[in-house]
Amino acid sequence: MSILIYAESVDEKFKKVAFELASYAKKVAESLGTTVTAVTVNAGNVSELSKYGVDKILKVTDDRLANFSAKAYADVIKQAAQQECSKIILLSSSTDSLYLAPIVTVGLEAGFASNVVGLPLSTHPFQLKRNAFSNKAFIITEVSTDIKVISLAKNSYGVFEQEAVSTVEDFEPNLNDADFNVKVVSLEKATGKVTIADADIVVSAGRGLKGPENWGMIEELATVMGAATACSKPVSDLGWRPHSEHVGQTGKPVATNLYIAVGISGAIQHIAGINSSKVKVVINSDPEAPFFKVADYGVVGDAFDIIPRLTQKLREFKAQNA
Amino acid sequence: MKILVCISHVPDTTSKINFINADSEFDTNGVQFVINPNDEFGLTRAIWFQEQQGANITVVNVGNADAEATLRKALAIGANEAIRINASPLDGFFVAKQLAEVAKNGNYDLIICGKESLDYNGGMVPGMLASLLNYNFVNSCTELSIEGNVAKAAREIDGGKEIITANLPLVSGGQKGLVEEKDLRIPNMRGIMTARTKVLTVLEPVVADANTMTIKFEKPIAKSAVKLVAADNLDELINLLHNEAKVI
Repeated sequence: MSILIYAESVDEKFKKVAFELASYAKKVAESLGTTVTAVTVNAGNVSELSKYGVDKILKVTDDRLANFSAKAYADVIKQAAQQECSKIILLSSSTDSLYLAPIVTVGLEAGFASNVVGLPLSTHPFQLKRNAFSNKAFIITEVSTDIKVISLAKNSYGVFEQEAVSTVEDFEPNLNDADFNVKVVSLEKATGKVTIADADIVVSAGRGLKGPENWGMIEELATVMGAATACSKPVSDLGWRPHSEHVGQTGKPVATNLYIAVGISGAIQHIAGINSSKVKVVINSDPEAPFFKVADYGVVGDAFDIIPRLTQKLREFKAQNA
Repeated sequence: MKILVCISHVPDTTSKINFINADSEFDTNGVQFVINPNDEFGLTRAIWFQEQQGANITVVNVGNADAEATLRKALAIGANEAIRINASPLDGFFVAKQLAEVAKNGNYDLIICGKESLDYNGGMVPGMLASLLNYNFVNSCTELSIEGNVAKAAREIDGGKEIITANLPLVSGGQKGLVEEKDLRIPNMRGIMTARTKVLTVLEPVVADANTMTIKFEKPIAKSAVKLVAADNLDELINLLHNEAKVI
């Protein structure tokens, strides 16, 4: 009956979402009077999960799973859920987890709620609040099946430490050739750069920057803040920045702690994509820019004047608070 | 090659989102409906296959009669025929079950879906459909080409992309990148005229249970007004971010 989470890792290290998921699972488990089991795939130091309340760890170490395969990973999670008789399976909203979630759902004849924000509103019946309409509204969804698969929206709950004594068991899933029918040929990954998906802070810029040659100051600000860089749709359409940086309704969603928008007017589609971010700072020369309506903090002024000064001040701030 | 393109009929991206009947129903008043953008990228890629490699494209929607305008638009863009499953899309699983039935009967080589719809954002239909059919599946697909019986695709991953290959039949959950925005097509007059005579079949749904149900909708709480900081007082901005918002 234990709640099962899939604790994702990259290069043997847990992603932050794994800890958020564990924290969330612990809270739900307490309200249901049960425990939390985590399944890990080729992770290194799995005992790290005990800090976030995980009671039992099913550790999978398997070379066949070195590359992500949605079907194979879904099989791992499904078999772990079956062994633990789990009725609730919790997943993150990472690209990989969203890829495998529907496969796990069908495999377990479960019901699936994605983009869940916050704890269940009630457990009998099982009702959850979810993001929908590109963050312009919420849906209260009831999952009526015996087994429930839930994917938690990133950064919607937070990470909370709660020490537990975890037991670790090796888990050997039963995989077959069909699990690997989709074959990874190659992988292109930016190294050493903070990705939009993992970043706590995103610095984003728009057409107000006038041209791609002016992005140096945005990158510098991002480096000082340990942030990822992003851009508005027109900027990626113009080819000033790569498509992978386009955030918004038809680009990447951003749900970060701090989102800084420089020279972006705030089209409704852009705001829809970034609205789950906790704190929004808008820097724009036009005081009428619609983005100010949804911002927490705003500075009206010329980015070319403000950004270098802000970067310098943050550098000093970081040095003092290091 | 036979391609099935699954089309969601969704509010335009600029729509105001409001609810009626004690927040139990989406207010369609004054809302313009469009082909779900992620599906439109996929449809346009399908048209490319049709023109370059020879393919027959069926578009399918699970929805009520008002979705037919959206299917007609897909026909005007160049799809060969359309199917509407005459049912309200209760939840992702219900929709996947209906699509699986169409897919089984049609023997498609390639099933193209958008990775998520712009209204419910569930992102579950493509994966459920692939699982129900036991077909290969690629999600967050940004490039797709077919040679013989093999698909080569790019999948967006956090911080990069992955190139995969898989045999057909394949289900793809696609997004921008399959084609670029500038390649999207606006139906021309000839397309609109031809679309009127293309076959649009209405099928009754198969029996399927929804696994989830919508209890009600909520709108986000209105935000408090922005705190403006003077451009010559950036220390105050840093102070607010550090001490008030606690994000740096």
